[in-house]
Amino acid sequence: MSMTATQKILAAHCGKESVAAGDMIMADLDLVLANDITAPVAINEYRRAGCENIFDRERVALVMDHFTPNKDIKAAEQCKLVRDFANEKGIVNFFDTGEVGVEHALLPERGMVTGGDLVIGADSHTCTYGALGAFSTGVGSTDMAVGMAYGRAWLRVPSAISIVLKGKPKKWVSGKDIILHIIGKIGVDGALYKSMEYSGDGVGHLSMDDRLTICNMAIEAGAKNGFFPVDEKTLEFFKEAGAKEPKIYEADEDALYDSVMEIDLSKIEPCVAFPHLPENVKTFDEFGDIEIDQVVIGSCTNGRLSDFVAAAEILKGKKVAKGVRVLMIPATQKIWKDAMKLGLFDIFVDAGCAVSAPTCGPCLGGHMGILADGERCVSTTNRNFVGRMGHPGSEVYLASPAVAAASALAGKIASPYDL
Amino acid sequence: MVLKGKVIKYGDNVDTDVIIPARYLNTSDPKELASHCMEDLDKDFSKKVNPGDFIVAGSNFGSGSSREHAPIAIKYSGIACVIAKSFARIFYRNSINTGLPIIETDAEFDEGDELEVDLSQGKITNLTKGETADFPPFPEALQKIIDAGGLFKAMKDM
Ligand code: SF4
Repeated sequence: MSMTATQKILAAHCGKESVAAGDMIMADLDLVLANDITAPVAINEYRRAGCENIFDRERVALVMDHFTPNKDIKAAEQCKLVRDFANEKGIVNFFDTGEVGVEHALLPERGMVTGGDLVIGADSHTCTYGALGAFSTGVGSTDMAVGMAYGRAWLRVPSAISIVLKGKPKKWVSGKDIILHIIGKIGVDGALYKSMEYSGDGVGHLSMDDRLTICNMAIEAGAKNGFFPVDEKTLEFFKEAGAKEPKIYEADEDALYDSVMEIDLSKIEPCVAFPHLPENVKTFDEFGDIEIDQVVIGSCTNGRLSDFVAAAEILKGKKVAKGVRVLMIPATQKIWKDAMKLGLFDIFVDAGCAVSAPTCGPCLGGHMGILADGERCVSTTNRNFVGRMGHPGSEVYLASPAVAAASALAGKIASPYDL
Repeated sequence: MVLKGKVIKYGDNVDTDVIIPARYLNTSDPKELASHCMEDLDKDFSKKVNPGDFIVAGSNFGSGSSREHAPIAIKYSGIACVIAKSFARIFYRNSINTGLPIIETDAEFDEGDELEVDLSQGKITNLTKGETADFPPFPEALQKIIDAGGLFKAMKDM
């Protein structure tokens, strides 16, 4: 029977020749992930169930990235609970301040995910690794705890939307603009329970960072996962990260899709998702002046090296607008170091930006850049829900690093083409 | 199991950030989470909810983050069951795994309607309006998890 790439990976992980959309399967896991918010709940569940077993001490990742460096006493207690558990169980991949990065930037960078893997994480943006030709999806803490103990998870096999990318994006149009464009078209539940599988000659024009950004936001369309096939660029990425040899899956030519979307990348314009839903996407001809108070460049969506390189190109030799607070948060220690070596921090600090250690921080309204009532922020993160970055009366506008940097200079939401 | 209570109604895309804002996620204490449930969307929620009430919502309920704190906060606030046109998938999993009853239906209800819900028969009776609606059962594999009293217990037989 013909299958999508996602369905092939799922079939391979439940020992079946083939699976079909709607099937319920018990799948074997390659990697199980949780963070400092979801791991404590998972560990409490695990203990309450009287569990002792860890399916594989090398294939559990516990990443202390959300409220770290510990923002308050409660956060410190949560991390301590996880740290003690990791020590007790001999969990190899426990990442704490000094080593930690935002989980979905960190795991690919460390070669912990490869093509064909099946990964679950107690974090909704676990779908990011679809960019590497893997199946990965977000689950809750109980799923994670069971996964950690038994190495298995129940999954409903998803149907898929085929997204065929054509052409080459123009300068300043990035993965973020592409995924915002798609979510603007299909809506925040446009891919509910489904896979978003990408193909077409446009894929070759996208960097790995672009693909990671696009799969990262699959969840913002309600999807179960995103998927890019493995190509030369992916193999190069695996080599650099020291990942295992990938298993390469591609959709059958006659695979069944719920719908097919064709996107001409050369026609996509920089865009912005207005409050309070990622689907409220507008291009610059659709709105006027919107003054801002803060800019954040970082997160698992856009906190990678190419994101800071793009921002630096725009900020170089200039000053951010008076009254705008600009935060640069490289997603991992490696990205931090690479950005420093490239001299990007000189550019940022001279322009009047603050540079932080890796953390999720303001992305979820945790710490490091919380908004007051009525304040507006242009952010390269992935969610602009009510109260996401602070006060319920504040506003988050989602955009690419280039738009965010241009906005920092202008003091209002601005296009990189207008500079 | 038969549940009886009043409807508290919200719209589409009720996300996990308004169900339980991230600023309260530095704890996993269910009672503390429940005390902040829905507060960014409806600051009177904790005052108006009575044990056994239903949240009724539109499509894509529980969208956003994977925080299991969301169904936990709802459950410990006293809500007996969430009824929505559709659920975001991680919220759906988390509800099954943590034992918060959820129902997917297109039936319409109004704020304050008194409902009687028979989970095993798949029947909702609107006592205020004198109407009934049926909803489909869960897939068998999920019903097993529910019947076992959660995923950990169910795993022992899988
Ligand atoms: S950066 Fe934001 S979206 Fe990504 S894992 Fe952290 S809190 Fe979640």
